[in-house]
Amino acid sequence: MADVAIVGVARTPFGRFPGRSALSLGVEAARAALADAGVSWTDIGFAVGGSYEVDQPDAVVGELGLTGVPFTNVYNGCATAGSALGLASQTIRLGEPGLGLVLGMDKHEGGAFTADPIEYACPAWFGEMGLFLTTKFFGMKINRYMHDYGISPETLAAVAVKNFHNGSLTPEAFRRTGMTAEQVLNSRMVNHPLTQYMFCSPDEGAAAAVVCDASVAHRYTDTPVYLRAVVTRTRAYGAYEVHTPSAPIESAPAPTGAAARAAYELAGIGPEDVDIAQLQDTDAGAEVIHLAETGLCADGEQNELLASGATSLQGRLPVNTDGGLIANGEPVGASGLRQVYELVTQLRGRAGDRQVGNDPRVAMAQLYGAPGVAAVSILTR
Amino acid sequence: MSRVPIAEDLFTLSDEPTLLGGVCGTCGAYTFPIREGCPRCGATAVTRCELGRRGTLYSWTSQGFVPKAPFRGEWGSREVFEPWYVGLVEIPDTLRVEALLVDVQEKDLAFDMPLRLVLTPFRTDPETGDEIVTFAFTPDSGAASGEGTGRG
Repeated sequence: MADVAIVGVARTPFGRFPGRSALSLGVEAARAALADAGVSWTDIGFAVGGSYEVDQPDAVVGELGLTGVPFTNVYNGCATAGSALGLASQTIRLGEPGLGLVLGMDKHEGGAFTADPIEYACPAWFGEMGLFLTTKFFGMKINRYMHDYGISPETLAAVAVKNFHNGSLTPEAFRRTGMTAEQVLNSRMVNHPLTQYMFCSPDEGAAAAVVCDASVAHRYTDTPVYLRAVVTRTRAYGAYEVHTPSAPIESAPAPTGAAARAAYELAGIGPEDVDIAQLQDTDAGAEVIHLAETGLCADGEQNELLASGATSLQGRLPVNTDGGLIANGEPVGASGLRQVYELVTQLRGRAGDRQVGNDPRVAMAQLYGAPGVAAVSILTR
Repeated sequence: MSRVPIAEDLFTLSDEPTLLGGVCGTCGAYTFPIREGCPRCGATAVTRCELGRRGTLYSWTSQGFVPKAPFRGEWGSREVFEPWYVGLVEIPDTLRVEALLVDVQEKDLAFDMPLRLVLTPFRTDPETGDEIVTFAFTPDSGAASGEGTGRG
């Protein structure tokens, strides 16, 4: 079976770009990823595009060139980019000889995401009562988790402070101003215990990667990064997930936990081998929970990890080195490819002011979102 | 003008309301609200049942902003915004349900505190004048006696 390599990556700035379409951001990211791989659009043998707001991401061909390339669009909530990368990876493993372009783009309004509850298998009254709300779920989940494992509000603030700091070193980030723990803790309470500056914002942006069979990767780059596993999972009975009027008393691993275990097994790599991670920090509490769900620490160890700086740029396990969702916001279709861009950049040693200090070889990217979907990818150099 | 529930098959309209849901005839798992398929085993043998009227507070959060549509609660349009509270309430041996918490202050909220089901005004139907009510949980001051916990 073929191995899969990433030979080019790119992202646009994330933020708000009045007057610009999501497709134009997608075109910008695609062209930059092609340039990073040293190839042109006519070299691309297949493409996968992901977006929440754009019906047909493949419409970028109008700008890139009408080559007739097979172009598949995917959508899988906040795990969209994981599914796009997974489809590209499977295509190569099935014997596709050509280069693939994986592209994500989105353009959202500000404020918490909303939708029709019926489309999420939730009753209408659940939305009418104000319960169909992602931020409420995140507050509820981390509040119990803090109670069970003694996680402090200061640890939540430390996650946000770290991510805003990393964002200040990332030219393409949305929020580039550092914050103090006091500013984070004293900002408006959105959903207890999560304050305004502990949350990310839906925003706009695009990111892309060029992939190919690992055996030909050196034609395109001296620094290929290998995609060792991409796994997606939905919720199992017993998990407490976004957009659910009720949950069982018996417990089951969350989708992230199940995806991480399967990804480690596929890659033949354990959590102790991971040097750097990009975790879904929809809010500061989500980063805390996902650290444990991915096996990168035990439940309750997060206070010590954050307080000691272990997850900072110069720590032993840097997490969300570009500021994560908290500093970049979340254009849903692009968010997971932003994670991949950052990991590849760090593994290549090209992250400049925010280059981590532990010479990473093994990297993990994790996505999670409504209504209980997760993706975990493992990359190595 | 009368009192009508926000939806059918969610709760009884009595002085001591009970939450309604479903129970799977194949594996015994509970659902709230009732749905056709069992979330545990997938069987379509789910029948209507009473889930109970008492529980404990598994987790909670505050609601610090007025949600966008489809939210329609009339308390969201008060002139001065006040946060409200939402809980994940464990009904013993049954399941956990998300619900509004009423007549409670933040300082009184404690994990695993006893709660009881109440009906609370939701909004007035502008066409019929009907008072639409929904379910909520409130601190159960009578729980100290140990009576009545469990399925109603």
